[in-house]
Amino acid sequence: MTMTLYRHALNRALDEELAHDDNVVIIGEEVAEYDGAYKVTEGLWKKWGDKRVVDAPISEAGFIGMGIGASMLGVRPVMELMFYSFAYVAFDQMINNAACVRYMSGGLINCPIVVRGPANGGTNVGATHSHTPENLFANMPGLKVVVPSNARDAYGLMKSAIRDNDPVYFMENTLLYGDPAAASELPEEEFTLPIGSAEVKRQGTDVSLIAHGRSVIVALEAAKQLQEEKGVDAEVVDLRSIRPLDEETILNSVVKTNRAVLIDENKPFCGVSSQIAATIQQEVFDDLDAPVLRVTSIDAPAIYSPPLEKEQIPNVGRVVEKVMQLG
Amino acid sequence: MNTPLVELSKYAQAEINLQLDAEEKISLMREMIRIRRFEEASLKYYNADKMGGFLHLYIGQESIAVGTISLCGANDHIITAYRDHGHALAVGMGMNECMAELFGKATGCSKGKGGSMHFFAPDKNYWGGHGIVAGQTPLGIGLAYGIKYKGLTGASLCFLGDGAVNQGAFHESLNLAELWDLPVIYIIENNGYSMGTSQKRSSAFKGSLAQRGEAYGIAWESAKGHDLYEVRAKTKAALDRAHRENRPTILELATYRYQGHSVADANAKKYRTPEEIVHHKENFDPLNVWKNQLIQENVLDEDTYRKIDSEAKAEARQAAEFAEQSPYPEISEITDDVYFEVDKKTTAGSQGRHFFHD
Repeated sequence: MTMTLYRHALNRALDEELAHDDNVVIIGEEVAEYDGAYKVTEGLWKKWGDKRVVDAPISEAGFIGMGIGASMLGVRPVMELMFYSFAYVAFDQMINNAACVRYMSGGLINCPIVVRGPANGGTNVGATHSHTPENLFANMPGLKVVVPSNARDAYGLMKSAIRDNDPVYFMENTLLYGDPAAASELPEEEFTLPIGSAEVKRQGTDVSLIAHGRSVIVALEAAKQLQEEKGVDAEVVDLRSIRPLDEETILNSVVKTNRAVLIDENKPFCGVSSQIAATIQQEVFDDLDAPVLRVTSIDAPAIYSPPLEKEQIPNVGRVVEKVMQLG
Repeated sequence: MNTPLVELSKYAQAEINLQLDAEEKISLMREMIRIRRFEEASLKYYNADKMGGFLHLYIGQESIAVGTISLCGANDHIITAYRDHGHALAVGMGMNECMAELFGKATGCSKGKGGSMHFFAPDKNYWGGHGIVAGQTPLGIGLAYGIKYKGLTGASLCFLGDGAVNQGAFHESLNLAELWDLPVIYIIENNGYSMGTSQKRSSAFKGSLAQRGEAYGIAWESAKGHDLYEVRAKTKAALDRAHRENRPTILELATYRYQGHSVADANAKKYRTPEEIVHHKENFDPLNVWKNQLIQENVLDEDTYRKIDSEAKAEARQAAEFAEQSPYPEISEITDDVYFEVDKKTTAGSQGRHFFHD
């Protein structure tokens, strides 16, 4: 059995989509000749050349906005942000232009663009490089936000994102790129996964751990520990897509287990988990045996100090502790 | 004759202008008059509380949209900022759909979802209508990128005001335009004021704003914006550069707006003198200048002018009636036109929840 790493699954998806549609073009800082700062685009420039894989200067507002403009004319740009934190210097373009132009034109214009890159903490690079803006972008109607937790999902969702006719903001994770725990077995044949579909990654009966991105890996580890050490059988739901959101899978799981702990690397105030909690209490209040609890990042800018940053973002210990608080 | 005597254009003999026949010259006159009468009608109905929000009027700048866009072909694309009504009419959008948009009606060009600052007509290569100062400039080079990527001979005409030249996004786009040889023409409509702040109080520059292009190696040119012949001649050179060499140009056109930054500009007559406004109206009004030019050329007479003018007034009045009688959008339509995949009822659009209101 050959396992494919998260970064290589993305690379395969990009390569296949470059072949699938001549309008697909990859643009970003160091994506071409350098082979990608995190090697996600490795080999693509050599294979596809200057027209299809393009090195951009450090100029996110400029080149992301340019990609949005090109997408209005039918080009399908896949833009890399070296860090998703850099979206903040392109925010006007990503919100006012990409998210709003279809609406403001009464549906006459659409923006088939993908903006992808790692959005995570945990790498000791300080607050400016550790943002997790999935909640910010998911707050904006017109945008789709996808956060895959493993190689298989990253592959299938990336292909769907590139084929989608709306702007898709695709958030990866530097810690998952080479993590064996996020690697998957990929079949030879191409496949896509639908955006807007969650997946139960582990069946359980006692509590639903609902997470996205790397927090799913944390939740799976925590579930294992809960089973072995506490005799608690946790179910793990992977959101995969934040917007659109698969509420059905979330609610089915909570109805089954009657307890929910939401694991979310966002900061707590208006994080993704805030939305999930609101939905759960509204839709299945009577099925709950306990309050919905959350494990989020500790509410401060990302700390540099390596051992403390491990504590600031959700980790196995904090998840186990929170589950045991449910009683 | 009440037309003030103004200097005839030196650019009448430019090749691109010699190609114009009498009918085409009158058509350019008509387009400018239509814009002015549309804008005057907009102001009237704005003041009668028929519309909300902002209203940035193009009165005084008509020769720029009409002159530049008159040269555009099938693969030339246009994008501008929020003072966008003139460009909309110049690309061929109808007064009805534009006025209805101002009224917030379902028959508006954006179904009442965009408003004054956000007119679009992609079928006429018109990509807006953008509300954030200079936010359209990266989109403008994106259009140029798309034209070039598809192997077409065309250009992106990216309009901006003099206040936009100090935004970072504009400078980032300049760098990319030159770096990647993009067929974009930046047309700075310099009306002297970024809202209430004069150019001298807002911009550091040497010579002209367009000259900033030198730092990037971008060809630049400045011209009198009120002279339709000059606008066309200078635009033609920039279009040739874009079409033949895929190279950008910055073209700065001096112009003047008679009204405030928007109708909500309470200080419209405080940051400049009334004499200054009168000076521009009397000497550099683009309609008067063109009218005088055509009368001197024996292409136009007062009767024809008056006829065109009354037709334009009637058209604007009828557009307001159309807007008035049109329905507002339904509440259920608020969530239409957000996602392509949802609107088109595709498989992708049917997965998961897209809207989160109760």
